[in-house]
Amino acid sequence: MRVLVCLKQILDPDVPARDFEIDPAAKAAKRGGANLVTNIFCENAIETALQFREAAGDVKVTALCYGESSAEDCLRKAMAMTVDEACLVEREGNTNPDAAAVGQVLAAAISRLEQDGGPFDAVLVGRESGDWGTGQTGGVLAEELGRPALGFVESLSPGNGGITLRRQTDVGIEVAEAEPPFVVTITNNEDNVPRIPKTRDVMMSYRKPLQKVSLADLGLDGDEIRNGFSSFEVEEIFVPTDEVDCELAEGDTLDERVDQLARKIHEVVASIG
Amino acid sequence: MANVAVCVLGSFGYDRAAQGAVGAGRALAASVGGEVHVLVIGPADEEAVAAMAAVADRVVLGANQELRDVQPEQALQAAEQLHAAGSGDYVAVLLSNDTYSQEIAPRLAHRLGGSSMADAAAIRMDGDHLLAQRTAYGGKAISIYRLKKSPAVVWLRARGFEPAPEQPSSGDVTPVDLNLDPPRIRIVGREVAAQEGVRLEDAPVIVSGGRGLGGPEPFQELKKLADTIGAEQGASRAACDAGWVPPNWQVGQTGKKVAPELYIAIAISGASQHLLGMGDSKVVAAINTDADAPIFKHCSFGIVEDYKAVVPLLTEKLAALSG
Repeated sequence: MRVLVCLKQILDPDVPARDFEIDPAAKAAKRGGANLVTNIFCENAIETALQFREAAGDVKVTALCYGESSAEDCLRKAMAMTVDEACLVEREGNTNPDAAAVGQVLAAAISRLEQDGGPFDAVLVGRESGDWGTGQTGGVLAEELGRPALGFVESLSPGNGGITLRRQTDVGIEVAEAEPPFVVTITNNEDNVPRIPKTRDVMMSYRKPLQKVSLADLGLDGDEIRNGFSSFEVEEIFVPTDEVDCELAEGDTLDERVDQLARKIHEVVASIG
Repeated sequence: MANVAVCVLGSFGYDRAAQGAVGAGRALAASVGGEVHVLVIGPADEEAVAAMAAVADRVVLGANQELRDVQPEQALQAAEQLHAAGSGDYVAVLLSNDTYSQEIAPRLAHRLGGSSMADAAAIRMDGDHLLAQRTAYGGKAISIYRLKKSPAVVWLRARGFEPAPEQPSSGDVTPVDLNLDPPRIRIVGREVAAQEGVRLEDAPVIVSGGRGLGGPEPFQELKKLADTIGAEQGASRAACDAGWVPPNWQVGQTGKKVAPELYIAIAISGASQHLLGMGDSKVVAAINTDADAPIFKHCSFGIVEDYKAVVPLLTEKLAALSG
């Protein structure tokens, strides 16, 4: 079987709020001193794919990324986590967050990879990214490929003739039986925390194949991707300043201060009725 | 015509989220002089259908029995067919923020040749385009997107919108027989997490605990406080990731988006991803040892003190006040 994991490189989302700035011209965050990292849900997706390989055996895991040349680091790290092979579709300086365009590119790359190496039984995408976070790519990609999809999946395991999926909903866990090929978006749980690559695997990762392709190689036109396929654009982005004045409990003793707090809480609760 | 469609899942009934989504639809339709059509995916009880008809111009009901327990692939197909059975030329298709709606939205947009957006906290029309406001960069920024293709298919932070007012006369209810393919991904089992009381998203008062509690035991102390004021319990990502409380307690960007009348944050510093989940709370109170914690910039009142000293005393005083 073949499993594909799609990765996105983003600005480190853990950069503190005080160091976060918007570039008004680009309508995006300034890079500043922030590192570029693999989106966390994409790393959860890698881990989920590797655990599926360990459970099912005879599974080849491929990582795919649409990004600038710096995104090669994400793919190398994926291979150090023991992903078998990787492909980078080189982006031409486009920071547009539009999932409709990204979905087109990923679908074209998947078609190419499938021509060369056979169909992917499962395509895994992170549920959302830590930058724009619109959480649309998985759904768009499923439609581009004409495959069924399920969101918020936390594990894949060999099932009755297909693949068994476990996923999180707002009321609990759902278990699904899926006929390949399909697309899933991956969320995190305590079992798919990304593994730390071993030193030996980091060295081995440089011997694994990393294919680089351009949009032209996929028969796509960069301008058309930016303009024609795009379904939304950023009109405005700003750092909110809706900070409120917090009224801190005052008083000489703890008892007085807690009493103030209790009265305020009681007032709100009583008003609800 | 510039009509607006609102997709709701029949099995969920006309809950607070559906009320908010229809309310958002009514406001949007009013701004462009159009109608609001509610597209109901799956069977709903009569009372819920009547409640929807009371606030909508039209209800299109896809009550196929196979949709009673939601199968996501079939729900998507149903939404597409209900869209066609309605007026079919909606400027916007709005959805709520349950798991199914979240996964339907981008795929439905693709099938309808439209644009999609997620987790919108505010929407308005600007000419032919819908503008959707939401957070970006894990809550550090607010972004406004222009959706360039019609229809704009948007799932909303539904509980943040006012419910729709009742109309002078109820809308027509049109049943539609849907033609659904067997799903290629089929939900075969559901393990509903044990949940006492109401859903966190619908709770009027929430008491949440965070990393600063240091372990699972203090949540027992917080439970006493919660019980005293009739609150549900929530937690930050750090507390859930540490396994102190179940994952479905998590409030935040990747957890629940709550909108209570009162949110009490205890030993929670207020990371932007947490603020994103509780940002729609009407009143926020904070208990934290660190006066510089970001939570104090996002709360109405609070106390800079160790929760260990505050919570038992606070519980005692609140019991006396309400007694």
